[in-house]
Amino acid sequence: MVLIPAYNEEGAVASVVEEVRAVVPDATILVVDDCSEDHTVREAQRVGASILPLPHHLGLGGCVQAGYRLAFELDFNYVIRVDGDGQHDPQDIPVLLRALQQENCEMVIGSRFLNADNPRRALWRGGWCRALGISLFRSILRPILGRPVSDPTSGFVGVNRKALDVFSRAFPLEYPEIEALVVLQRRRFRFLEVPCRIRERRAGKSSITAIKAFYFPVHVLLGVFVNVLLFPGSRIWRILRK
Amino acid sequence: MDRLLGVMTVASLLLIGLVLASVRREHIRVEYSISWLVAGLALLVLSLWKSLDQRIALALKIPDLAVTLLTVCGVLFLGVLFAFSLRLSQLKDSSIKLAQRVAILEYRLESLAVESAPNTAPMRADAAGAYGTRAKMGQSVR
Repeated sequence: MVLIPAYNEEGAVASVVEEVRAVVPDATILVVDDCSEDHTVREAQRVGASILPLPHHLGLGGCVQAGYRLAFELDFNYVIRVDGDGQHDPQDIPVLLRALQQENCEMVIGSRFLNADNPRRALWRGGWCRALGISLFRSILRPILGRPVSDPTSGFVGVNRKALDVFSRAFPLEYPEIEALVVLQRRRFRFLEVPCRIRERRAGKSSITAIKAFYFPVHVLLGVFVNVLLFPGSRIWRILRK
Repeated sequence: MDRLLGVMTVASLLLIGLVLASVRREHIRVEYSISWLVAGLALLVLSLWKSLDQRIALALKIPDLAVTLLTVCGVLFLGVLFAFSLRLSQLKDSSIKLAQRVAILEYRLESLAVESAPNTAPMRADAAGAYGTRAKMGQSVR
C-alpha cells in the first residue's frame, strides 16, 4: 500500500496519486484526508485513489497512524508513505520497497542527503533553521540509535508488517518522524536509509510556521527523551511501575 | 493583610458561585466541577481562618503570611490544572482513537457497499480498490 497523508493539498494530491500509480500500478493508493478544508478529497477521488476520511483534524501523526491501522487490519505487508505535497518522487518507491524486502529491516527511510553531490550544501538548501534542526537531531539521535542517521525528519518512509503492528498501536502524534525512530529502536527493530530525491513542494504550504519552528524541537526532544527513559522495560519504567 | 484576606474571600465565593452556575447550566459536568469547588472552598477556609494561615506559615517556615497564602493558592491551582491536563490528555487520546476507528469503519462500509453492488456506479472511484488489489500487491511485494 502507498499511504498519502494529506491536509489541504488540493493543488498537488491528484498529480501525486497519478505519479504513484504510474510507478506501482498494482498498489493500493490510500489518501488519508486529515479533514481538509479545501477540495483535497474531491481531487484524490477524481484520480481514483482510495480515501480514508478522518472526521476531524488529527495532525500528521494521527493521520499517518490511521493509515497504518487500516493497512494492518487489511493485512498489508508493506506500506510506503509518500507526502501529499509532491515533494517525494514516486520513482523512488521501488527502491524503498526493495530495501524493505531484501535488507531484513523493519523501516526504510528515503534520505535526501545520502549520495548527494554536496551533502552540506544539500543540508543548507532547505534554509538555516531546518539545517540547524536536522543537525541537532542527528547529533542527539546518534548515541540513542547507536548509528548515524542522515535524514531523521524525512517523511518518505516504508515499513513492514512488524513495524505496522507497532505503529498501529503506538505512534507519535505530532512531528512523528524522529520519535518513530526511537520507538523502533527501543524495540530492537532495524532501519535503513536509502538515497532519494526531494523536489520542491508543488502546492500548499508547510505546516511548520515560524512559531512552530521553535516549538518543534522542544516537542520532539521531549518526546525522544520520554521514549528513551520510560519505554516499557527500562529501569526507570520498572521503578515507576513498582 | 486583612485586605488580601477580604479579596481572597470574595474571589473564592465568586469561584464557587461561577462553578455552581456553570454546573446548573450544564456547561461543566459535575465530575469536573469537584476539583474547582474543593479549590474554592479551600481558599474560602484559608481566607476566613487566619490562625490556620499562621500555622501553615509556621509549618512552611515562611515569615510573610501573604506569601504563604499565595504559595498555598498556587499549589492548589497547579494541582487542579495538573489533574485537568491528565484528563485532557486521556480525552485527546480517546478522541484520536475514536476518529481513526470511525474513519476506518466508514472506509470498510463503503468498500462493502461497492463490492455488494458491482453494477452500480461506485460512489468512490477506488472504494473497493484496497480489497481488489490487495492480493496483487501481496504477490508483488512479498
